[in-house]
Amino acid sequence: MGLLSKKDTKLITDPLADNNPITIQVLGICSALAITAELKASIVMSISVMFVLGLGNVVISLMRNIIPSKIRIIVQLTVVAALVIIVDQVLKAFAYELSKTLSVFVGLIITNCIIMGRFEAFALANGPWKSFLDGIGNSLGYGVILIIVGFFRELLGSGTLLGFPVLGDPIAKTGLYAFGYENNGFMLLSPMALIVVGIIIWVQRTRNKALVEDH
Amino acid sequence: MEHLELFLKSIFIDNMVFATFLGMCSYLAVSKKVSTAVGLGAAVIFVLAITVPLNWLLDQYLLQPGALKWLGAEYADYDLSFLSFIMFIATIATMVQLVEIVVEKFSPSLYNSLGIFLPLIAVNCAILGGSLFMQSREIPSLGLATTYGIGSGIGWFLAILAIAAIREKIRYSNVPPALRGLGITFIITGLMAIGFMSFGGMLTGGDDEAPKEEKTAQVETSKDGSENIKVIANNINVNE
Repeated sequence: MGLLSKKDTKLITDPLADNNPITIQVLGICSALAITAELKASIVMSISVMFVLGLGNVVISLMRNIIPSKIRIIVQLTVVAALVIIVDQVLKAFAYELSKTLSVFVGLIITNCIIMGRFEAFALANGPWKSFLDGIGNSLGYGVILIIVGFFRELLGSGTLLGFPVLGDPIAKTGLYAFGYENNGFMLLSPMALIVVGIIIWVQRTRNKALVEDH
Repeated sequence: MEHLELFLKSIFIDNMVFATFLGMCSYLAVSKKVSTAVGLGAAVIFVLAITVPLNWLLDQYLLQPGALKWLGAEYADYDLSFLSFIMFIATIATMVQLVEIVVEKFSPSLYNSLGIFLPLIAVNCAILGGSLFMQSREIPSLGLATTYGIGSGIGWFLAILAIAAIREKIRYSNVPPALRGLGITFIITGLMAIGFMSFGGMLTGGDDEAPKEEKTAQVETSKDGSENIKVIANNINVNE
């Protein structure tokens, strides 16, 4: 770890588990749940958020001494909106089908609470390199949850991963389907995303008692 | 009739929280007490009712492909739609600020009950989501856009009111320790969303929507991966 000091590594690894933006800080749930019906969309969403949050944190951190605190929300929103427009245009150019699937949720990265939350809590008080690491760490933590949810929903819901049938062919009854296994179409519907996240929180808090809330 | 249909649809079928998960952050953070939930819900209705029609005008006369026609023939093929995000969020942020100032000046009592929530609202996904859905669903007139804004706001209000009431009661229940607080709220919201899905057939006469769900489910199991993604995409659109 020549490049990263111990403190810097902590910035990246902390949000992955014990300070996870979704399950502990309760940020960024808005756009997280609706697009996790398939793994591919979850991965693309995580990468987009990583781009926006990493760069946005650097930009805000560079400007932190010249932003008047009264209008900082509008400045932050403008920075995020500009970055999100870049993401949106790139997706439309190179992954049109996917950008249709994500529909308005790419735009909603702007109001993703993780981004505003990290700007307010970290980038406004720290230097660019630290802010960059913090952005990457938090978007990784966000991505991990998205990918876990996307993994289970796609696997149990349609029996595929990234579009590849991993459990066999449901029509020809090969693989698992030969034993009478059926896909659970319910997993693809939006309410299941909430319940899967609820279960992730349950597992995480059972393993780490310190995180338990008292109501 | 058109108005009533869109109104009911945006409250129940396309409910912001249960169908599209918009505004979840403040929904989870501010739903511990009914009284604060009511305050925030009212502020959301208020701001949505103002910003959706305003952004509709912007979209119609500035952003859509060919929207600049009113400036003269040479502007007819301009397409500024890539600027929608930044325009919408700027409108929302300034409107929220403006509403805050006006309310403070003219109705201090309303300001006391709504005031603290207004800054929170600029970054509430439900507000931007309202405008973006208004754009992507191509709502045809200013009146309908207003109806859509108010309807979505009321839908959000109902959702946060319901969860706040449940959370007040659940304090007296014996929830497994690891699920307390956030976990159980997620699961309850999921169950409520399943309940709200049953409104899906309300305006289609019941027959259109239900077989469609079954059909997509069948296709999902029968086609290969690439088809699958499209079907899921359709599914998401139907849900939204």
